[in-house]
Amino acid sequence: MTFEAIRAEAFDGARDHDPAARRRPPPPGLTIVAAAIGLAALLPLAYLLLRAAESGPAFWTIVTRPRTLTVLWNSVLLTALVTSSATLIGIAVAWLTTRTDLPARHVWAVVTCLPLVLPSYVGAFALIGALGPRGMVQTLLAPLGVERLPSLYGLPGAWLALTLFSYPYVVLTVRAALRGLDPAVEDAARSLGKSPRRIFFDITLPHLRPSILAGGLLVALYTLSDFGAVSMLQFNSFTRAIFVLYRTSFDRSAAAVLALMLVALTLLILWGEARARGSSRLYRAGVGASRPSPRVRLGIWKIPSVLVCAGLTTLGLVLPVLVIVFWLFQGWKAGEPLWRGWDMVWNSSRAALCAGAVTVAAALPVAWLAVRHPGRRARLIERSAYAGHALPSIMIALALVFWSVRYAPGLYQSFGLLLFAYACRFLPEALGSVRASLLHVSPRYEEAARGLGHRPLSVFRTVTLPLLRPGLLSGFALVFMTTMKELPLTLLLSPTGFSTLATRIWSATEDALFAQAAAPALVLVVLSGIFVGVILKQEEEDVYE
Amino acid sequence: MKTKFTNTLFRRLLPVALIAGALGSIAMNDAPSSPLVVYCGRGEELIRPLFEQFQQQSGMAVEVRYGGTAELAATILEEGDRSPADVFFAQDAGALGALKKAGRLATLDESLLERVPATYRSPEGSWVGISGRARVVVYNTDRLKEADLPDDMDGFTDPAWKGRIGWAPENGSFQAFVTALRVREGDEKALAWLKGIQANEPRVFAKNSAIVAAVAAGEIDAGFVNHYYLFGARKTNPDIAAENYYFPRQHAGTLVNVAGAGVLASSDNQEAARSLVAFLLSPDAQAYFARETSEYPLVEDVPLREDIPALNAVPVLEIDLNLLDDLPGTLELIHAAGVL
Repeated sequence: MTFEAIRAEAFDGARDHDPAARRRPPPPGLTIVAAAIGLAALLPLAYLLLRAAESGPAFWTIVTRPRTLTVLWNSVLLTALVTSSATLIGIAVAWLTTRTDLPARHVWAVVTCLPLVLPSYVGAFALIGALGPRGMVQTLLAPLGVERLPSLYGLPGAWLALTLFSYPYVVLTVRAALRGLDPAVEDAARSLGKSPRRIFFDITLPHLRPSILAGGLLVALYTLSDFGAVSMLQFNSFTRAIFVLYRTSFDRSAAAVLALMLVALTLLILWGEARARGSSRLYRAGVGASRPSPRVRLGIWKIPSVLVCAGLTTLGLVLPVLVIVFWLFQGWKAGEPLWRGWDMVWNSSRAALCAGAVTVAAALPVAWLAVRHPGRRARLIERSAYAGHALPSIMIALALVFWSVRYAPGLYQSFGLLLFAYACRFLPEALGSVRASLLHVSPRYEEAARGLGHRPLSVFRTVTLPLLRPGLLSGFALVFMTTMKELPLTLLLSPTGFSTLATRIWSATEDALFAQAAAPALVLVVLSGIFVGVILKQEEEDVYE
Repeated sequence: MKTKFTNTLFRRLLPVALIAGALGSIAMNDAPSSPLVVYCGRGEELIRPLFEQFQQQSGMAVEVRYGGTAELAATILEEGDRSPADVFFAQDAGALGALKKAGRLATLDESLLERVPATYRSPEGSWVGISGRARVVVYNTDRLKEADLPDDMDGFTDPAWKGRIGWAPENGSFQAFVTALRVREGDEKALAWLKGIQANEPRVFAKNSAIVAAVAAGEIDAGFVNHYYLFGARKTNPDIAAENYYFPRQHAGTLVNVAGAGVLASSDNQEAARSLVAFLLSPDAQAYFARETSEYPLVEDVPLREDIPALNAVPVLEIDLNLLDDLPGTLELIHAAGVL
């Protein structure tokens, strides 16, 4: 068999819809559950439409204002830049930490994901402290006559910060897919004497496409919705314009109009992603058991690879942590009270664990419908889960205030509502990973199990779920980490007096008490780090047991 | 074999435990509360001890939701009549004005209002100022002396200041200053000032505290801030190379703004809510603001910090703060000048 034939076998069939799936209509229960989840995710959008309608004829004036268009362009540009750079970095890191003999691979696997745990305002603040015109690096270079470093503010700084704090989205989704990938095809190509490079670009990369796109999508939406980094680094983005409207004029309808433009942009991105994703079947078609892929020897590339990982970790994790420790030290020297109770640790972990479980559980039926029973209905439901993801959290928070005060007053500002809000906000993060790994599970296993007399639910539990574990776990890890640092939802929707690590960091920095923000910030990073470490270790064991 | 078993056990149980935990937490929710609920747009670190003190003195339970002033105001507007909040403690008068306009605030008793000079409260009595914040210029003491600084804000439009100043045009206090400038000298003058500063390529900051940090680090020479941020920065580093500058001449640049409180019209806890506002205006609480947050107490005869000039020792803009409610107009001007 030639190499081309292997590629053909691997892909050509895969490009078609799976005929088996087409013929089988989804069980009505599944459709109802998925549709309910999709509708829940649309609540913020419905609120925005209501508010925007209040603006009446001013609607178009707001949309076409030159200023609106300028900031819109700024956001589009920033999103394009960050998504490209974060995707490239993410693919490289995911591959290096799963498929190569990179020294201390397991350590890098964890630490390269950790920049994601930093709230973007803390991270951006640290970057300014380190790389600002008169930051720590300049102080080090001062003996060499360096008076000030080139300005970090504006587009370059925002690009750097958002890339550093969002590339782990791509690492996590791509790594899950790499783990689920059947090495047989790569083996066949290798046996035909193809170079590792050809194998990577011709076989591996195309197989990773859904997960790369899922990760890239999260990066794009994160960049669009971010407020912390762009405001710290003084880049005039669309979210900043929305915030300024809120802060100064309390003009909710004008802010809603702008937010709807953001939703329109999201839909455009989703459409593009769907076009690029195509409808591929990626599970193993052959017989025999899957096994772990052999490691690629890096050879002379070993040192540059380590340097890349180290560089990313330094900028995205070590520097911010150093700055935090520096604050802590300053506060300790000044004799400030640095720590107040374990309450916030418990609250943060409880909220993040529950949010992870609820969100992954909600993502599963939606992903299942989208992958196994593709069609217009499934597509619509999946899109609605993403629709609000580029919105700044404050809009989602206000939308849920609006709905729950009116229609579920008993739930207002309860822990249950808070979880609901987290799930609404972070559903796409879980959806991306779950969907990508579901693509790698062949329905034939399930058919076989059903043929052996198992009931559908038991098939799902004993066959599908274990195969989905990598995707479920990375979805869970993503939601956990982002919930830990989430701010506006927690501030407005949590039970009164519910303080978390993130709200403590925020309130201390709000009063410029950086020393008091330091201890919770450090605990946040360590806790998320331990958790991600455990999750990734589990993922690893799954593959090699 | 054993590890494999525990592993599997762990795996089977983990999801179950998580979901049980999630549901358990939902069930644990307490019933709708009767304690006094405060929405507080001021930072928790500095304000919490005051609420604790009130709780002890009055024996009333207080629940406080901390958040950004604008975000909490927007939340109250969305909540409408059903708002659980009894008292709103805001960072600036603008947010209180917005709630007043929407009819969300109750009228306070004269006995409360008269403790504070008329300029620092709502004329209809719907909110009252609690503490004062002076607009000042913070400057780097290594690079500048007080004599190098201009007599008024206009002085900073001089090209000599190109690339040396910082401001926070998104900040509410800054916008209140621009509004004061418009009220005093007209939109044209205000626009000219904004353009003049813009021509000097000022560094833009999101927060006042960041301006103080940048001044202390020597990234910029001077910045437009509220007076108390310097003292916040000195708490962690007493030796920073920065000092506040009060203009020698009364003009919009010597505005004194307030943080204030209002009682929600929808509150069914009116009496308790009013007693909290009264507490915030008590000599004890006022002295706390002077001491801990380095702000100006608004009630007479409360001692100041030694390192802060008394308001009667420096020029203060005489203006009715209620005239500063045209923020949309100010925002338009800021946009027109190409600042935001």
